[in-house]
Amino acid sequence: MRKYTPKDDVQRKSYFSDRFFVSPQVPRTNTHEDEVFENDIDNLDTSLEVLEHYIENGHLVIYINACDNKKAILYLRDHLDYDFLMELSAIDYIATRGGFEIFYEMLSTTKRKRIRLKCFIKEKETLESVESIFKMANWSEREMYDMYGVKIVNHHNMKRILMPDDWYDYPLRKTYPLHGDEVANWYEVDKIFGKEAREIIGPEERDPAAVDRYDTTRFSRLGHEVPFGVDITDGKEPEHTPLAYQEEGGVKLFGVRLIKELDEKKSVILKKKR
Amino acid sequence: MQQQTNRLKPFFENINFEREDNTMVINFGPQHPSAHGQLRLILEMQGEEIVKAVPTIGYLHRGMEKMGENMIYNEFLPTTDRMDYIASSSNNYGFALAVEKLLGIEAPRRAETIRTMLLELNRITAHLFWLATHALDIGAMSIFLYAFREREYAMDLIEDFCGARLTHASIRIGGVPLDLPSGWTDKLEVYLNTLNGEIDKYEGLLTENRIWKMRLENVGIISPEMAKSWGCSGVTLRGSGIKWDLRKEMPYGLYSELDFDIPISDTCDSYGRYKCYMQEMRESIKILKQLIPMYKKSDPQLMAHSPSYISAPKEDIMTQNYSLMQHFVLVTQGMRPPKGEVYVATESPKGELGYMIVSDGSPYAYKMKLRAPSFWHTGLLEELLPGHQLADVVTIIGTVNIVFGEVDR
Repeated sequence: MRKYTPKDDVQRKSYFSDRFFVSPQVPRTNTHEDEVFENDIDNLDTSLEVLEHYIENGHLVIYINACDNKKAILYLRDHLDYDFLMELSAIDYIATRGGFEIFYEMLSTTKRKRIRLKCFIKEKETLESVESIFKMANWSEREMYDMYGVKIVNHHNMKRILMPDDWYDYPLRKTYPLHGDEVANWYEVDKIFGKEAREIIGPEERDPAAVDRYDTTRFSRLGHEVPFGVDITDGKEPEHTPLAYQEEGGVKLFGVRLIKELDEKKSVILKKKR
Repeated sequence: MQQQTNRLKPFFENINFEREDNTMVINFGPQHPSAHGQLRLILEMQGEEIVKAVPTIGYLHRGMEKMGENMIYNEFLPTTDRMDYIASSSNNYGFALAVEKLLGIEAPRRAETIRTMLLELNRITAHLFWLATHALDIGAMSIFLYAFREREYAMDLIEDFCGARLTHASIRIGGVPLDLPSGWTDKLEVYLNTLNGEIDKYEGLLTENRIWKMRLENVGIISPEMAKSWGCSGVTLRGSGIKWDLRKEMPYGLYSELDFDIPISDTCDSYGRYKCYMQEMRESIKILKQLIPMYKKSDPQLMAHSPSYISAPKEDIMTQNYSLMQHFVLVTQGMRPPKGEVYVATESPKGELGYMIVSDGSPYAYKMKLRAPSFWHTGLLEELLPGHQLADVVTIIGTVNIVFGEVDR
């Protein structure tokens, strides 16, 4: 029977996993072990609902409801001195939990602390833009939409940022293959030459390591040289290609040849690099 | 012939005259020599003045985050070179540090000194590159040649260590792959002494130069509020008078033991940022000079000892069966870090370079987010450019120091 490959996560997976291997967990400590964080949580708890909080790798991680994101960030900035929003993005959990985890990475320059605010939204749910609080969210949210298709509302310029505007699908989702999908393969051909040129040009090769065995026009036959453009699909390839690098006659300057003609018999391969 | 909607039609996209409000739309880039790579700016002009600016990116997008989720950790490390390709070791370091934090290991002291040396050398090459190209954009040709000469010597030093000049991949997760070649620190010392004198010469040419001052002073003023709101970091932030350098404020590696200053500028303009860059190079020289004796005192161990994540030294692999087996597993399957998340930020020459890694316990990262400082420094142009003259665009793009390998990732 063919091995089952899940369609909802087409990312590369390890080819072997020990059945008895149990992955350890990065230790999570209680928020009460850090005074500053404890104070932050106590304050934040008064203004909105905090679902879960813990310290992981020196970061305070706070889970809130997605509808509270704007309120929480505003509160953190104005009352708790978290004056930088450093990063925001989504994590794709569509396959397991049916949605995205959104994280906001914040920094306080006065307390020298970092926190990560997290919330969960379902795939089709919308998320309020925080662009009015931190302008950096302008581009970050555009990137998040571009890469994951997270729907942001109240953003003044919500369109794709890295991919072309007419790109199909969202590249960082787990359902999107590394080398692009069918549409991506034909994107440039369709756009530049039209669909009728598909048969002439062929799909785009998106694997940089791909080598076509019978292609004699793209330097792919290393080790055994074949004249440019010779058809070798029938298995008939010249057994030995003469090593003649110069055209007949060569380049002449004032009647003298610039480079000596190569005599294959006299050429030697150096045994040692100088 | 019937028109097809999905075809590219040739049209004169650079200039659009037919607008009723009398503004002109100019496409600046993506192939403009001063656009520092693949930046496309759509500028709406009222005469010479910019009314609206729309930075457009994505011309160098290679999907590094996707690649990070489809490669084992050691495999991905050389890819990080291609982010900020002006200072690739700093990207390697940020990534290695993030994974080390996830694994809960620490690089040995000698490895850490070598890494810090590389980081500071990279900062010098990056700043010299910035100075050279920025001055060239503004019209100072000779400084370009001088700065590139010194940068070349620094790259020679890096080449002596790792064999590469641009994409170094000189750092490994858990340490560095090899020790400094003999006599390297002496060469470094000679270089640092010449560089110190050279920086004085650059400043002699530029700092009080009338043209330089006229082109830079009061151009591209980033107020502290604006810098905070846009998530600026690095010199762009310090040029706005906010004293924030991760090496000093949230130190990692050896930086807590080193003595150096953080130059800031209150003028908030391009000239202030230029001064910060120059001063920062001097601070890097200071750091490098302190690192040489630290390197000589350290033990020769280069990679962290952590059998479940890091391969054993070569001698062990060649002599001991278990080390060989473990090395085989680590190379073919990759290390399996604990489940969890980590966000590690380091101060790269451009600003705060952050790696957010979510691990689900498998050899492939579940989510890899690369926080590149230039991304928001490019977004900032949207707000910074309006009100300036067209000639100042080049100055502003220069001083925010954006690198497109990093913006598009």
